[in-house]
Amino acid sequence: MNDFQLTYKQFGERSVLIDWSSKVDKKILEDIILFKERLEKSSIKELIEVNLAYSSMLISYKTTIDNIYDEISKLKTIYSTQNKIKKLVFRQWKIPVCYEDVFALDLEEISIKKKMSKQDIIRQHSEAIYTVFFIGFLPGFLYLGGLNSAIDFPRKQTPRLQIERGAVAIGGNQTGVYPCQSPGGWNIIGNSPINFFDISNDCPCFSKSGDKIKFYPITLKKHKDISALVKAGVYQLESEVLYG
Amino acid sequence: MVKVIKSGFYSTIQDLGRSRFQKYGVPVSGVMDFYSAKLANALLDNNESDAVLEITMTGPTLQFNCDTIMCVSGADISSILNNKPIKLNSIVNIKKDDILSFGKLKYGFRCYLAVFGGFQTEMIMNSRSMYKVITSQNVLFVNDELSISEHINSIIKSNASIKVNTAYFSSKEIKVYKGPEFDLLTKAQQQQLLSKEFTISKDNNRMAYQLVEPLKNNLKPIITSLVLPGTVQLTPSGKLIILMRDCQTTGGYPRVLQLKESSINVLSQKFTGNNIRFKIKEKNIIISTIFYMFFYISRNIKLT
Repeated sequence: MNDFQLTYKQFGERSVLIDWSSKVDKKILEDIILFKERLEKSSIKELIEVNLAYSSMLISYKTTIDNIYDEISKLKTIYSTQNKIKKLVFRQWKIPVCYEDVFALDLEEISIKKKMSKQDIIRQHSEAIYTVFFIGFLPGFLYLGGLNSAIDFPRKQTPRLQIERGAVAIGGNQTGVYPCQSPGGWNIIGNSPINFFDISNDCPCFSKSGDKIKFYPITLKKHKDISALVKAGVYQLESEVLYG
Repeated sequence: MVKVIKSGFYSTIQDLGRSRFQKYGVPVSGVMDFYSAKLANALLDNNESDAVLEITMTGPTLQFNCDTIMCVSGADISSILNNKPIKLNSIVNIKKDDILSFGKLKYGFRCYLAVFGGFQTEMIMNSRSMYKVITSQNVLFVNDELSISEHINSIIKSNASIKVNTAYFSSKEIKVYKGPEFDLLTKAQQQQLLSKEFTISKDNNRMAYQLVEPLKNNLKPIITSLVLPGTVQLTPSGKLIILMRDCQTTGGYPRVLQLKESSINVLSQKFTGNNIRFKIKEKNIIISTIFYMFFYISRNIKLT
């Protein structure tokens, strides 16, 4: 078991915020996921939702917290119980991305400023295996860890008013895919035809915290073909099971 | 069925929101002012989670295609039924072809129209609350048809209405708790935040209310963490942003305050140029401890 110093704070009337040390770290993510599993299997009733970010977890209850010290001590007990949890299953998802010029609006600029060829940037971006930390910002927006520092690139000074759905982008040392049309300040290097947020599914996002993402380059023609299949609801996303 | 003849400034269908889906990055949404919306539903004997129409600043014009009963609560936007003014917070009988319209905004900013059984618009992820990318539309348009259940009335012959204390709409006081990063502020900043009067800027909507007066800030952004409706964020430029019902689920600005839930309702009735003042609410732990002590003492006295 990892030895983290957790802080517990009441947040509003009905939530408790738990903070790990504030950094992006896979060990912290594992610890958060394990704690979340224990909580969801625990007998704490009145729990609406457990939600995570990089190094924090928010626990929301149905009703006002009467005695915060009681709640915190219950949570601490659950955190420290060592009872074995069934091995968690994670998946690695293969995500097609078209890095061609029609989509890659900012690839040229990154290439010039970084003195790297476009091909090099694409290779670096699609070779890495990214970890899904959590979903936030927009419905279905995955916060990914693992961008190669060789291709990090600062956010735009002025955000674009409209970024297309599926845009694959780099913002600082993060990378991600815009699941829907949105304003945004990240640098666009490609587009994925995959639907990252599908309201017709009970579980609208295919991946979850702890999963892995691997991008792979496709041609514009392939992008069109996959888009058509996605639209028709018949596209099968490739994935393999990983054991955590 | 209710037909939209004019849409008004910003009219949306809302219920109590989409909880349990925040882990997918889905905003909670739901009525901005729970108090007024729940009141309208309660007067019709609806469920409190039935969907209502949230009307902002200027009202729509609506035509009913069936008999029903309705109730209007919240802001006073001079509601008119077939050219006759109607009372807020009272049950109103509606006949087929009646037309509901609105006039001048007298007080408040958001008004709620509840109909018998609630609006039966599309339900996505356990909620009818309109939100871009979740529901097929995020605001009402002319010619929209909203389905409702028929209510054969003529039973209700009541002129009674509930009087709502208008101090609810005029109060400047917004009750808050310390936010997770409050203690990172200097004593001077904390004092300024809690003593200054702030003005609501023109950037106010269902996602967030920005305040005009900045707070001198030297806090760095935090690692992206979780936020809630009612979270007050402090941006690097010193701008204060109060997140509202349609806010994102995560954010990277320090969270200096958290609104008491009832104060989110109060704020929802305010608009550009209105002034507010934050009042910190110490965690009610002390009060509840005293209450329980008193409870035990009084119980023991009875027993002995």
